[in-house]
Amino acid sequence: MDKAIKRYFPLFALPTLVAFTIGFIVPFVMGIYLSFCKFTTVTDAKFVGLKNYASIFTDKTFGHSLWYTALFTIVSVVLINVLAFAIAMLLTKGIRGTNIFRTVFFMPNLIGGIVLGYIWQLILNGILAQFGRTLVYSATYGFWGLVILMCWQQIGYMMIIYIAGIQNIPGELIEAAKIDGATSSQVLFKVTIPMVMPSITVCTFLTLTNGFKLFDQNLALTNGAPSDMSQMLALNIYDTFYTRTGFEGVGQAKAVIFFIIVAVIAIGQNVLTRSKEVQQ
Amino acid sequence: MAKNKGNEVSAVRRAKHGTALSIFFGVLSVIYVLPILIVLMNSFKLKAYINRYPFKIGTGKMFVGLDNYVEGIKRIEFFKAFGYSLFITVFSVALIILCTSMCAWYITRVQTKFTKAIYMLCLFSMIVPFQMVMFTLSKIANMLHLSNPVGIILVYLGFGAGLAVFMFTGFVKSIPLEIEEAAMIDGCTPVQTFFQVVFPILKPTAITVAILQAMWIWNDYLLPYLVLDIKKYKTIPIAIQYLKGGYGSIDWGAMMAMLVLAIIPIIIFYIACQKYIIEGVVAGAVKG
Repeated sequence: MDKAIKRYFPLFALPTLVAFTIGFIVPFVMGIYLSFCKFTTVTDAKFVGLKNYASIFTDKTFGHSLWYTALFTIVSVVLINVLAFAIAMLLTKGIRGTNIFRTVFFMPNLIGGIVLGYIWQLILNGILAQFGRTLVYSATYGFWGLVILMCWQQIGYMMIIYIAGIQNIPGELIEAAKIDGATSSQVLFKVTIPMVMPSITVCTFLTLTNGFKLFDQNLALTNGAPSDMSQMLALNIYDTFYTRTGFEGVGQAKAVIFFIIVAVIAIGQNVLTRSKEVQQ
Repeated sequence: MAKNKGNEVSAVRRAKHGTALSIFFGVLSVIYVLPILIVLMNSFKLKAYINRYPFKIGTGKMFVGLDNYVEGIKRIEFFKAFGYSLFITVFSVALIILCTSMCAWYITRVQTKFTKAIYMLCLFSMIVPFQMVMFTLSKIANMLHLSNPVGIILVYLGFGAGLAVFMFTGFVKSIPLEIEEAAMIDGCTPVQTFFQVVFPILKPTAITVAILQAMWIWNDYLLPYLVLDIKKYKTIPIAIQYLKGGYGSIDWGAMMAMLVLAIIPIIIFYIACQKYIIEGVVAGAVKG
């Protein structure tokens, strides 16, 4: 059978492979190469070795945005997952209106980052105006504004995944624990949480990478104001490429570092939480 | 008897508990949709009042009817943007489903070092952030004349292939080989086998992939912004960002109206396909 299928390579696999090569492989390999070059477009690249990487260290905005992004990611991962899990626990108790609540909480997730950014710019500026401030008054306001926005957007998505995980736990298991005299907090920490570990793996992975790669919401909410203090990594890289001439190489080198950070976090997180999963 | 009574009491308590929770979530739901309702309310207000009094209901001289909508639609050519967004999303998703499902079937059934490498590359591409390839990808797309709504579909196939191939492969592995072998013995060519036997089995995964990709492509901002010739082609997110003029000044009237118009199609789509969307997200998360 293998042989018969193999002859159809041009029909089955080639279209995807061509697009994948154009859309991913070539840009990725060129991106790595260009991070060692000085260039303004892809055809005038001159090899400069590690110079681009060296100049990242003298660029204070990069360090600041890295730190800002890391802090934002930690806060948003914890808040989103704790709240989403709590709501999922309460919504699996079979109360009236569960379906409507689920529908409502999930809805913001379908709205794009740019639209979300402007919705919350209006709301948050309206609230801050009572105190004579705006979102761009200081980076702290931008930070918490972005946290609120991301919670509003992502809690529903993570909640859906947690609900599926909780509903997968066999009822006998929790019953047995209760008969054996476990308190409700013991049931939660010794039975429920270990059993939904696969959902926790997925949700922390998604919130971590979403937080680190955040761009649209950052652009629409504050665009880095005041003076790049609320700028996250992805936006910092974008700005280096497109608003400073002659810095394309530095931008690409930053992008490579960004990629390495995201890859290490993604793989590390997977290894860490997978090891805590129990066999069902 | 006493035990029975105890049960009754706890049942009553649970019911009360449930009602309290229902009320709590009811209030929370209202708070949750409030931002959208506030935007809707402001879209009928004179722009000078929107930023200053966003929480006041627009009556009397504040009320401008549909003026903001007329202004916004004209300014960013909203319906054109809607058309481009719809065209790009629908055809990209269709092409991704068709091509990546075929590719996934091929690389699962033909096991060579080459097909294994493709699979690993697809996995790898999922953790690469867009910023890593954005500059080179947009230049390559320009050079290959892909900076138009048709060309960008190919770019989306390429950049979206990783996740789609990964998810389809996971499902193809669970299809028993005997079904396909039986079809082949009955004289089906591989093409017939795929479209008449395999693809119908893949349908639930195809719906999941379609929903995840559609949510991404419809809302995507940076990729089309960099790849498309945005003087000619603006998708909805690009058009909305375009409303923010130079020096950071925003026409809040037109902005409110366009945000409402951007949200309406999403809500209609959500209400119509809610079941598939939620199931798709769960299925996607389990495999991802």
